[in-house]
Amino acid sequence: MRVTFTANGKPVEADDVWEGESLLYVLRERVGLPGSKNACEQGECGSCTVYLDGVPVCSCLVAAGQVQDREVRTVEGLTEEDGELGLVQQAFVDAGAVQCGFCTPGLLVQTDALLAQDPQPSDTDIREALSGNLCRCTGYEKIMDAVRLASARTCAKAVSE
Amino acid sequence: MEFLRPATWDEALAAKAEYPTALPISGGTDVMVEMNFDVHRPSAILDLNRIGDLATWSIDGDVVRLGAAVPYSRIIDELSEPLPGLALAAHTVGSPQIRNRGSVGGNLGAASPAGDSHPALLAAGRDVFVEAASVRGTRLIPIDDFYTGVKRNSLEADELIRAVHIPVADGPQQFSKIGTRNAMVIAVCAFGFALHPKSRTVGTGIGSAAPTPRRAVEAEEYLQGVLAERGLWESGDLLGSEVVQRFGELVRAAASPIDDVRGTADYRKHALAVMARRTLTWTWNDYSKQIRSAA
Repeated sequence: MRVTFTANGKPVEADDVWEGESLLYVLRERVGLPGSKNACEQGECGSCTVYLDGVPVCSCLVAAGQVQDREVRTVEGLTEEDGELGLVQQAFVDAGAVQCGFCTPGLLVQTDALLAQDPQPSDTDIREALSGNLCRCTGYEKIMDAVRLASARTCAKAVSE
Repeated sequence: MEFLRPATWDEALAAKAEYPTALPISGGTDVMVEMNFDVHRPSAILDLNRIGDLATWSIDGDVVRLGAAVPYSRIIDELSEPLPGLALAAHTVGSPQIRNRGSVGGNLGAASPAGDSHPALLAAGRDVFVEAASVRGTRLIPIDDFYTGVKRNSLEADELIRAVHIPVADGPQQFSKIGTRNAMVIAVCAFGFALHPKSRTVGTGIGSAAPTPRRAVEAEEYLQGVLAERGLWESGDLLGSEVVQRFGELVRAAASPIDDVRGTADYRKHALAVMARRTLTWTWNDYSKQIRSAA
């Protein structure tokens, strides 16, 4: 079947999509957006987290056919318009929260969603928000640092604007 | 495989009538796991995402009509006052991403004994109904009659779950769940408990410790008897450790768990007794406070 939707603001089209295929597969293999990672395929690791109509979800658990005419935003869509790293992405780089990097795309989307809802989350809120994103390298401390840094920069930006 | 995309509820019912083996999908948090791992290849997938009504809820008098596809995250945000037990259970589901997609309708459709909604629904009282519909009409299935076996429910092949009717809480409710960690866990076992002061009844729900979610009927009857005999509904006085202990034992006796990868039968029974005592104590303390502050 054919599936058309919006990915990072641009209309995309995928042909010959198998009916049981996941959104994650379509993104990675059919529309050239390999940023979202495939690890567990059962919603446990969060590496494939994307926005679906503004709500963060595991793209491995969304059937491709379900995104027809809907809006998807992936980690690739978190960059600034000029292609520079977005605020959350830069904070992860600056805090050294990226090791092997496999979990990073999901963490970035989930952090972006957290800060959009609550620019100044407590540590408990951060842990809760990221409880569905597994990282096997960092031990999470640098990730916590990155989210705190992104939070501080988000707040500073809001004040300066 | 067919991918059916009804735009309206009537279209969905017509599709389910035409393809009775079609597997309904909403949040996909169960269905897609089976698909990704090739556990299940249905003849057709019936996508319910386009039917906006399914993701709405309303309160009519003292009953919440919860659309089958209202995601757990919205139950937590919007319904924790009228449905405290279910909201607590919803909070223990998976992760934020899973809670953004998963729904009570999906839990009921899958009818896994480990589904987190079930103990809360069972505890919410005898007026909980699953609204099931087909082209033949709509019926309300009492929650006590809904679960029929491991991953089996009383839906007919042409029926879809449209909503769940749950009484607005009139007393404290609790939910407790055992897992290996605090997020992303399937319950080793779970327990839901509710006090219903208006009807002078209590509700229980056991999860993951029998072929189906089930109530601890004897425990409910014992506690109701004690509360009535001693006038505790009126006084809000302490239950005493004997009552709490006995209640825990009766809940334990109501379970018939198995040994599996998540835990042993013995452990589950033990944990259920502990959770029963704790949830009873928490809810009763809340209730006593309400009685005292009203006095």
